[in-house]
Amino acid sequence: MLADIGYASLVTALIASVFAAFASWYGARTGNHRWVESARNAIAITFPLILVACLTMIVSLVRNDFSLEYVASVTSLDMPTYLKVTALWGGQKGSLLFWNLLLSLFTAAAMQRKWREDRELMPYALLVASFTQIFFLIITIFFENPFTRLPVVPLDGRGLNPLLRHPGMIIHPPMLYLGFVGFTIPYVFAMAALMSGHLDDAWIRTTRRWTLVAWLFLSLGLILGGRWAYDVLGWGGYWGWDPVENASLMPWLAGTAFLHSVMIQEKRGMFKLWNMVLIVITFLLVISGTFIVRSGVISSVHSFAQSAIGPLFFGFLVIMLVFSVYWIIRRHDALSAENRLNSFLSRESAFLANNFLIIAILAAVFIGTYFPIMSEMFGDKVVVGPPYYEKVTGPLFALLVLLMGIAPLTMWFRTNGMKMLRAMAWPAVGALIPIVIMIVVGLGSPGTWLGLWIATFAGILTVREYLKGTWARMRSKHENPFRALYSLVARNRRRYGGYLIHLGVVAMAFGIIGIEFFQQETQLLMQTGQTVDLGRYTLLFNGVDRFAGRDDLIITEATMDVYIGDRLVKTINPRTELYTRTGQPMTIPDLRSTPLEDFYVLLVAWEPQLADQATVRIYLNPLVNWVWAGGIIFIFGTLIAAWPDRADEKAIAASRARQRVAVATD
Amino acid sequence: MRFSAFILILLLYLLVGTASAQGEVTADDVNAIAKQLFCPVCENEPLDQCGTKACQDWRAEIRLQLEQGATEQEIKDNFQRRYGDRVLAEPPREGINWILWLLPVALVLFGGIWFARYLRQLQAGKSDPAPVVSSASGNPTAPPPQDDYVARIEDELRDNE
Repeated sequence: MLADIGYASLVTALIASVFAAFASWYGARTGNHRWVESARNAIAITFPLILVACLTMIVSLVRNDFSLEYVASVTSLDMPTYLKVTALWGGQKGSLLFWNLLLSLFTAAAMQRKWREDRELMPYALLVASFTQIFFLIITIFFENPFTRLPVVPLDGRGLNPLLRHPGMIIHPPMLYLGFVGFTIPYVFAMAALMSGHLDDAWIRTTRRWTLVAWLFLSLGLILGGRWAYDVLGWGGYWGWDPVENASLMPWLAGTAFLHSVMIQEKRGMFKLWNMVLIVITFLLVISGTFIVRSGVISSVHSFAQSAIGPLFFGFLVIMLVFSVYWIIRRHDALSAENRLNSFLSRESAFLANNFLIIAILAAVFIGTYFPIMSEMFGDKVVVGPPYYEKVTGPLFALLVLLMGIAPLTMWFRTNGMKMLRAMAWPAVGALIPIVIMIVVGLGSPGTWLGLWIATFAGILTVREYLKGTWARMRSKHENPFRALYSLVARNRRRYGGYLIHLGVVAMAFGIIGIEFFQQETQLLMQTGQTVDLGRYTLLFNGVDRFAGRDDLIITEATMDVYIGDRLVKTINPRTELYTRTGQPMTIPDLRSTPLEDFYVLLVAWEPQLADQATVRIYLNPLVNWVWAGGIIFIFGTLIAAWPDRADEKAIAASRARQRVAVATD
Repeated sequence: MRFSAFILILLLYLLVGTASAQGEVTADDVNAIAKQLFCPVCENEPLDQCGTKACQDWRAEIRLQLEQGATEQEIKDNFQRRYGDRVLAEPPREGINWILWLLPVALVLFGGIWFARYLRQLQAGKSDPAPVVSSASGNPTAPPPQDDYVARIEDELRDNE
């Protein structure tokens, strides 16, 4: 009964979306704005309708309604309630339903927010948005219906995939989805600008905002995903260059490129065509990323959910590609640059170089991700593993960090090269300090020294941007340092929020250098009372214990003491969890974590009969906490840059008003 | 810190030294090779991390071959011969796989050339009157928010002073 309500509201949402598509198209064609408003109302109602469907699904999950196939496949009686709720996105069908919900939420919000300002764009924005919604609703209703019933009602469900029963997994997918779905809105407005021919500043402002929002969520999703992998997957790392990880990295890269190059368009009226292309690429990467994850076209450890919806996604991808290319070509003339580049050495060319590097990284990741599919078509399937990505993208990322440090020294139009060199001189020398320390200590190789130099150099230059600005304000406004820093950031949030993001990247770069180049590991069979040394640590093994845990768990837990010298610093309990119902094992590490390094221990194997021995794998991960700290700084910076600005909104409204007057008096 | 890092290196040398001196194959030796291989059954999982029974057997096999005196390359070749290219974490640089390695290089190269030419072209054209119609106002020469724009540039210059 409840499920019928959910299904019915989904179908109604589809009808409303189809109507919205039709009405917006007709309204745009005839110029009758009442049709467009009707379309907006239809789009606005899809959100509550899909929300009803989601709520009925959640209620079914919580009430253990195993007559529904989806409920039986992702929950079981012994699961705690909060996991039953989050099981909404624990499987393929639920994920797609959830995706629909977020898409309708974003669309409804975007249409409400700028309804009056972006009046010319709205009919087309509605058309593209409702078309996308229709596609996902059709997938959900006709191919991946979460409300499908089972012929025989089982007594208990299969339970959620154990890998997903982790706090990180509860928020990681929604963040990723928010990021993915969020990129639909920039695309929708870009297409609306192309179709309507209103290619002035309006669309780019709306698009930039929404891109920043989507990018924020995607960044959060990526960072949380890394942390989850580190805590739960049990392999001592956070990023494995798995196709599914790449699928979420690629739109992020394209979005990052756009967020930088859009500044050239705003300041100089250049690269309009390129920005349009970037937005389209980002959206297509979102769809193809969903395609990879959902269709199981590349099977991977992350593909918990697979089905035969591949061809549909592929078809949608092709349609959107053709549609986008058609409109870009058609409006090609209106997208040409208003200005010329004045100098090689300018802020404009720095942004271009940034785009070039990011696109090169994107291309390498793209080729690496899709090559296995291609190779399968031509014969023997190959695997493209981490070594490939590290070799190809490593140097490009290093260049990008270097550019990130230097670019703020450039100016629009042209930059005085000598001045710039002088400004870089002492940071360049200062950045040698960590290398000197490393050489004295005898650590690292020329490659890692170069990497450390680049990260330190970029860090110093970025910090100096803050110091310079704060100092200027202290002098001119006679403010105290804190006040000066605060008002500096508050008055230029986009710029200084951006620099904070850069600082986050620098911190992450240190962390990545630490774990990539200085990670140590060892594995051995330990007996009770035996010790092993790794780095400055000594590990004492005190035996294993076996007991039943929550749900259907059997836990095997080791007790170990971590010493530095003779000092006991921590007792840790790495363990393996066996979910008896599904027979799936999980290896949960335990670690001693400090800002300098993580001492990370895994219980790899043990004999059920023997309580006094086990195979242990130990990692020493230097600076890995800098990755997480950098991530937090990164997100904080994004929030500063993206937070809605009332003054900014007013300025935009005023400039719009001026434009309208200008058009009226022409 | 310096001292501890020194100790760390020393320990590492001792560890490696003793292992090779005794000629005994350690789990670390096995992992070093397994890391470069991918599990032939469970996709996209490096062999040193995979927990399945099959992978344990494969690791035992690496150990056996090491004990028999096989080199790292021989063991990798052996696995590749038996299970195909898909067991190698890094695709072999041969045949069609060259696409993987050459395409990014080619892209960077051509992209770089295109980028340089584009910059030059933009720069060369700066003496031309911009033949562009600003879609917003229809004013062909000057973009409308000119004043705003100069002010912003001055800001910028001041900031960077």
